[in-house]
Amino acid sequence: MSRLPHPPYVPKSPAAKWLHSRLPILGAAHATLMIPTPRNLNWMWIWGMVLLFCLLLQIVTGVVLAMHYTPHADLAFDSIERIMRDVNGGFFLRYLHANGASLFFVAIYAHIARGIYYGSAKAPREVIWVIGTMMYLMLMAAAFTGYVLPWGQMSYWAATVITGLFGAIPWVGSDLQAWILGGPSVGNATLNRFFVLHFMLPFVTVALAGLHIWAVHTTGNNNPAGVEPRLDAGGLHRDTLPFWPWFVIKDLLALVVILVLFFAVTAFAPNALGHPENYVPANPLVTPGHIQPEWYFLPFYAILRAFTPDLWLVQGVEFVTFGAVDATLFGALAMFGSIAVLVALPWLDRSPVRSGRYRPLFRVAFAVLVADFGLLMWCGAQTPTPLVAALSLGGTALWFGFFLIALPLLPRIERTRPLPDSIEAAG
Amino acid sequence: MSDTEDPQGSRRDFLFLATGCAGCVAAGAATLPLLDQMNPAADTRALSSVLVDVSALDVGQQLTVQWQGKPVFIRRRSAEEIAAARTVPLTDLPDPSAENANITGAAQATDENRSLDPAGEWLVMMGVCTHLGCVPLGDGAGDYGGWFCPCHGSHYDTAGRIRRGPATRNLPVPVATFVDATTIRLGAEA
Repeated sequence: MSRLPHPPYVPKSPAAKWLHSRLPILGAAHATLMIPTPRNLNWMWIWGMVLLFCLLLQIVTGVVLAMHYTPHADLAFDSIERIMRDVNGGFFLRYLHANGASLFFVAIYAHIARGIYYGSAKAPREVIWVIGTMMYLMLMAAAFTGYVLPWGQMSYWAATVITGLFGAIPWVGSDLQAWILGGPSVGNATLNRFFVLHFMLPFVTVALAGLHIWAVHTTGNNNPAGVEPRLDAGGLHRDTLPFWPWFVIKDLLALVVILVLFFAVTAFAPNALGHPENYVPANPLVTPGHIQPEWYFLPFYAILRAFTPDLWLVQGVEFVTFGAVDATLFGALAMFGSIAVLVALPWLDRSPVRSGRYRPLFRVAFAVLVADFGLLMWCGAQTPTPLVAALSLGGTALWFGFFLIALPLLPRIERTRPLPDSIEAAG
Repeated sequence: MSDTEDPQGSRRDFLFLATGCAGCVAAGAATLPLLDQMNPAADTRALSSVLVDVSALDVGQQLTVQWQGKPVFIRRRSAEEIAAARTVPLTDLPDPSAENANITGAAQATDENRSLDPAGEWLVMMGVCTHLGCVPLGDGAGDYGGWFCPCHGSHYDTAGRIRRGPATRNLPVPVATFVDATTIRLGAEA
């Protein structure tokens, strides 16, 4: 199953022996915990544990919130306010859930950035990467549907704008939009189905997380040096340590530090990352003066609105497609495309060297990508002035340039530094 | 000779194929109602037409009503607004089409083709930005004295035609008629 030799599992107690001969689940747990793990994993390898915690936190707080929430357009807002005011400890559970989404995204962006920098997506770990990006899509879908549930002004108009993207698809758009909404506009049918999806998608994510971990345990961890551990007994011993207790304790220490910060925000500034506008009940006749998504969607929102009909690129595409792809659809395609290139990363980065440590030019490109992510996030939060539009466009060009130009072409011109012979030699 | 050693395998292959096809058809047939239930329900579809009393509207005033869950702007335009809309050359318009559901066939986006009455005093249109569905701000907002969408900065003129910004189409004119001097019906008569 795994290419790494595990210490064998030997059940000791009679009960363990009895169960093991009927269902080897203790052996699977033992293999999971005792997997040989590269000794040189740095602190960027803790985010998986943080993400696992987030998934658990969101499911537990979400299930108890659902016990008090009413998914009806006339009652949803009031039921949220009842959670905030009357339900015992309800305000804190809701704040944990709302800020838990932010922690989730902090962790997943760090996890993804780690994967890009250290080449964790490269062979033989492509499947791990693709499953991971699927979980990222699930997280975005759950975050979006969940944001609609309080039925405040931002909820309503976020749902209107995002489902409007599907309406931009030529020919089938308006029918597709009505199918998604369950009516001519965002309404009770929309709220009801979004609640069901918000409840269901996390459990799909649990299944994907199981596959993700299974795949990691098949190939073994990548590591900061990007060279595989030696497989002979002596080499394996010098390159790896068992996951338990070494890395579990390290991950939990990091988790504790992160949770101190998380609880500080949740307890003392619970609305710092939200919008006051969402405490105004949804009103289909008034759009808030300034609409912006939650911080974790801002970069993609900036890409969405970077494309206006006055750009020659947009006009050219519209001409070539006989008007089927207009500026709205172009922006939507760019937004979905910006995530699609992320999914395709294992096949875009052609360099045989995994770790960015040994790729001087790639390091520069990666730093630009991180800065670009920050720039787009800033742009997404601004009112659309010409300067912001220009910066959004430049940021979008950099984003696609990294994935579609820099990654495939860098290996041709880059002189990589010599790789260490082993993880031990990498120090 | 047993079936498994049959080099032709014709009968077994046929049965496998037929079983697979039957399974696919059954799965497809089961999927259709599961997908169709998400379409607008009968009670939602039934709310297709409303009557609006516009007797209280003075010149230069605007009414926003809800129709099919969406806002509809009904504006009684002033002479200046009508004049401003009628002097715009058609070549300045990003969307040359009238986008008027009351006119069958293609029509140019002239002001006459968008207003409800020939004089152009009444303008009825969906209050839904053609970019991503926000409600534009009215009463002379934007750089063209008409409407301005705060979400992504689309400017519409006094005839509700897109002039600048990410939106690509004029604000659409829904099916609307005067049933008497002071009542407008939105949507087709049931």
